Parts: sequence; C-alpha cells; structure tokens
Amino acid sequence: MSRKHILFAAIALLLLIFVPMGQKNYIIYVLTSWLMFSIAAMGLNLTLGYAGQISLAQASFMGIGAYITALVTLAGYHWVLGWIAAMGATFVIGLLLGYPALRVQHHFLAFVTLAFNTLVFLVLRNEEWLTGGSHGLVGMPRPDFFGISTGKNLEFYYFVLVLFVISALVFSWIVHSPWGRAFKALRENPVRAESLGVDTRRITLLAFAIGSAFGGGAGAIMTPLVQFIEPGSFGLIHSLKILLMVVVGGAGFYYGPMLGAAVVILLPELLRFTEGYYLMIYAAMVIVLMVYSPGGLIGLGHKIMARVRPKKEVRKDMAKGAQL
Amino acid sequence: MSEFIQLLISGLSAGSIYALAAVGFTLLWQASQTINFAQGEFVMVPAFFVLALSVKLGLPIWLAMPLTVILSVLLLGALFKKLIVEPMHKHGTIPLVIATIALGLLIKEMVKEFYSPLGQPFPSLFPQTVLTVGDAVISVPDIANFVIAMGTIVALQLFLGRTRTGRSMQATAQNPDVAQILGVDIQRMVMYTFLINGALAAIASILITPIYLAKFSNGETLGLVAFIAAIVGGFNQIRGALVGGLLIGVIDNMSATYFSAEYRQALPMILLIVIILVRPQGLLGTSEGRTV
Repeated sequence: MSRKHILFAAIALLLLIFVPMGQKNYIIYVLTSWLMFSIAAMGLNLTLGYAGQISLAQASFMGIGAYITALVTLAGYHWVLGWIAAMGATFVIGLLLGYPALRVQHHFLAFVTLAFNTLVFLVLRNEEWLTGGSHGLVGMPRPDFFGISTGKNLEFYYFVLVLFVISALVFSWIVHSPWGRAFKALRENPVRAESLGVDTRRITLLAFAIGSAFGGGAGAIMTPLVQFIEPGSFGLIHSLKILLMVVVGGAGFYYGPMLGAAVVILLPELLRFTEGYYLMIYAAMVIVLMVYSPGGLIGLGHKIMARVRPKKEVRKDMAKGAQL
Repeated sequence: MSEFIQLLISGLSAGSIYALAAVGFTLLWQASQTINFAQGEFVMVPAFFVLALSVKLGLPIWLAMPLTVILSVLLLGALFKKLIVEPMHKHGTIPLVIATIALGLLIKEMVKEFYSPLGQPFPSLFPQTVLTVGDAVISVPDIANFVIAMGTIVALQLFLGRTRTGRSMQATAQNPDVAQILGVDIQRMVMYTFLINGALAAIASILITPIYLAKFSNGETLGLVAFIAAIVGGFNQIRGALVGGLLIGVIDNMSATYFSAEYRQALPMILLIVIILVRPQGLLGTSEGRTV
C-alpha cells in the first residue's frame, strides 16, 4: 500500500467517526446499514471481482448468519459466539456448495447459488419450529462488551464501524497476500495462472467460501441491528441487490463495494420523488453502466481521469512485450 | 393409478412449455455465449403484450396473438441483441450476465408499474373441457399445449437440421471462425438465433399464462425452471433442453402430491445440484472438457 492510500483511508476513517455525531437516529441507522452491506458486498467482491465467479446467494448467506446469531443470542449466549458460528457455518456451506459447482467451468456457480438462495428461503419459511416461519424471530439483544453497552444507535454504529474496519483490514490483507495475488492472476489469465502452478479450482473455491463467510458476518450484524429477522429479508432480490452493489461500485476495486453499497442504499432516498420508478431507473442505469464501463463507477472514474490527465503512456509494442 | 396418469400428463404438458423456454436459452448460449438471466421475464412479458393489445386496444384475440409473436421477435430478439448483447460482447461474460439480470428486473418493474401489480386473467386458446380415459380425467388444454409445444420444437429441429440456414446456424454455434471462412454470415446467423428465442418465448408465454394468471412475478419461477431444465438436460443440446424441461415438469407436478407441497419448489433445485455433482454435462450433453 502506498502512502497515498493510507492517507485516504485515514481521512475516510476520521469522517466515519465524526460524521454521525449529533445526527438523527434515522441517519445513524442508514449509515450502520451501509457499513453492514459494505461488509457483505466486500465478500462478494472477492468472489466476483477477484475470482471472477458470480454468486447469487449472498443474501442467503447473510440470512444464515443472521438466524444463527439470533438463535445463539436468544439462547442466552454472547453475540461474539453467534458471530463466530455464523462465519464458520457460512464458510463451510460455501465450501460444500462451491465444490460441485466449480468442478465445471462456465458460470454454474451462478445457477447453483440461484437455486441455493431459493432453498434457503423455503427452509427459513417452512421450518417454523426453528426459524419462526414467516413471522420471523424478534427480541434479539444488542451485545455488551466488558460492561460497555451497544444498546443506543450511536454506540451500535461505532460497534459496527469496528467490525467494518476489521473486515476491511482482513480483506486488504487477503488481496495483498500472495494468495490474493493468485486470485487476481486467476481472473486476468486463468491459463497462465494454472501453468504457473496456481491450483485454480482450490483458489476459486476458497475465494467463494471466504466471500460467503463475509456474508455470514454481515448477517450476524443484521440481527442486533434490526432486532427482527424474517425470511423475506433474504430473498433472491436482496442477493441481486448486493450483486449490483459490487458491480455498480466497481468489481475488483478495493473501494468498489463500499461505494456501490452507498449508491444502492442512498439512491432510494434521493429518488424518493420518483416513487415506484426507482427500481426501473436503477436497473436501466446498471445496463447503461455495463455497456459503457464494466468496471463500475470506479472504472468510469479511472476512464475519465485518464482522459483529463493522461498518464505516461507505455509504448504499445512494449506493453505487448510485457504481456508475453 | 389414475391420479398418477393425470399428474404425468399435466406434468408433461407443463414440461413441454418449460422446454420451449429452455431450448431458447440453450440456443442463445450456443450461438453467442449469452447466459440470459432475463429468460423468465422474456416468457412473462408476451402475455402482457397480448393483454395490452386485446384489452387496452380492443383488438380481437386471434389478431393479438400473432402480433404478440411479432412484437416479441422484434423487442426480445432484435432489440435485445442490438442494444444489450452486441455492445457488451467485447467485455466478456460477466458484464453481460449482470446486464441481463438488470434487464429482467427492469422488465418486471415496468410491467408492475405500467400494467398492473395484480394477477390478470388470461384467455385460454382451448376449451376448458376434460376427456375421461378409463379412470383418468385429462384436460383438453393440457393435451393441446403439449402438442403445440412439441410441434414447435420438432419444427425447430427440422429447420436446424434440414435447411441450409439452419445448418449454417449450427455451424456458427459450433465453430464461428470456420463457419465464417466457409462463407457463413455469422452475425446474421446469431441474429436469427435471437429472433427464434423471441418467438419461442412468446409461444411459451401464450401457452403457460392461462394456467396461472398473468403476473409480473411469473418470470422468477419460469426463468429458474428454464435454467434448470437446460442444465439438467445438457447445456449444449436442444434434445437435452427438451428432456430436461419434460423431466422438471413431471417432477414438479408429482412432488406436490407425493412429496411435500411446502417443498415443491425445492425439488428441481435439489435435482440441479445432484446433476451438477454427478453428471455436470447434463443427462444428454456431451462433455466439452474444460473450456479454460
């Protein structure tokens, strides 16, 4: 990481600490849910942006995480236990689900996860003895840490901010480790990655499982945040929403999912005057974005920057040579 | 036993319609590596073209239906290819997949907002009568749906196998470079595939919508069923999509009675996961090996 990046991250963190002070409860709630979705989207970014596989089940991983955390905390155990169980379970499920799907190429993972999302929804709705069926679960407490309560909204915001920073650091570590570079190599040129000894299947599977665990972690936050969970919050449309967060922000960029989550969460507020047309406008925007800039908003930003302030261009033949 | 036969026949009837959607899906994949996540919405929306033409504009139904097929061929075939698939093809598969997901959402929301969020009754082409064979009661629309859907698929197979254009389309799907060297206008062949998919979606829509109501959310299940049918049967075979569609139709119908009404939707998904585990190329598919 360069000095510029660290400076940017520090300024962003300061903003995140000071902006919510003295704000209304509603704004704090929106910010908290943005942080939560950023964590889920970060996980999906690992799967989509780095390993190049589409997962349409991120919301169901959040759901699994949320229900596990709810059951653990309702049974009287501490939230941390629920959080660990949620991430562990979603990691294992990710491995089990990804293994068959990634045996074959094409985008089978997309279909398997699509089916999985529906399955999870059905189980959450039908197994009333465990999940409360369509009435969901209520009354999950917000956790205490060494006597410090997170019951108030601002306190809870800082608690989620800490988790967000941890997740972002872990993500950054993964991406910059030799292991994360293997993810990138895989996306850019799978044949070459394989010929250099990268076990593409194992790496892709791990990327998917870790990405799913991030989803589980986000779900563990949702339980004490909303304090009411029901199957409808984890349907396919929510998985699509998280996918669009990653894509709109810029898949494969570090800050992409955070920007995308901000857009997806704030846009309904900004487009409130359009009432029912909001999703339409959004879907149309995504299509246009995909045509002009598959790298999402950050990709678009890079493109515009390159036009305004062109970087020193590599001689075309040299660039070719470097590729060979 | 008579119950079993009834379920089998209505399952085959629904399955043959699923097969239409699945065949279109497979054709698009073969011809242009387009995974169309909006396929379900493509089958949902022609029903609303019929309703818009007949109820809102007052056209007779016999005119509204052929117009719908033409409209679908133009909008869901030609426009889809020109506006969305073509400009995105150079970016690779993932942006296109995302764009089709967004397109599906867009179509769904437009129907909900501009037509109606409620289920609409839809005219059936056939009299709602039943035939009694032995103990089994078989509905006439079921049989008619099956005959029309199978007829369409057989006609398509004959077109692809017996005509010059059809064989050029197959060549384009199998190896575009060689096809082009041999003088096939591959861009035109790919366009034909999109047009055919539009027509298949319209036919499937007109056949299946009377069974349910016409509703904006119909595409969710239809799309999923089409994907599953295509994968279960074999992604690279029209026959595969046909077998997959029929199988899913029968399983779906039987499971509600013999398995569990609550988990009815789950069975096709479980089948999908099992197939991918044990036979990833699909029941009838030939292994492509790893494409990477």
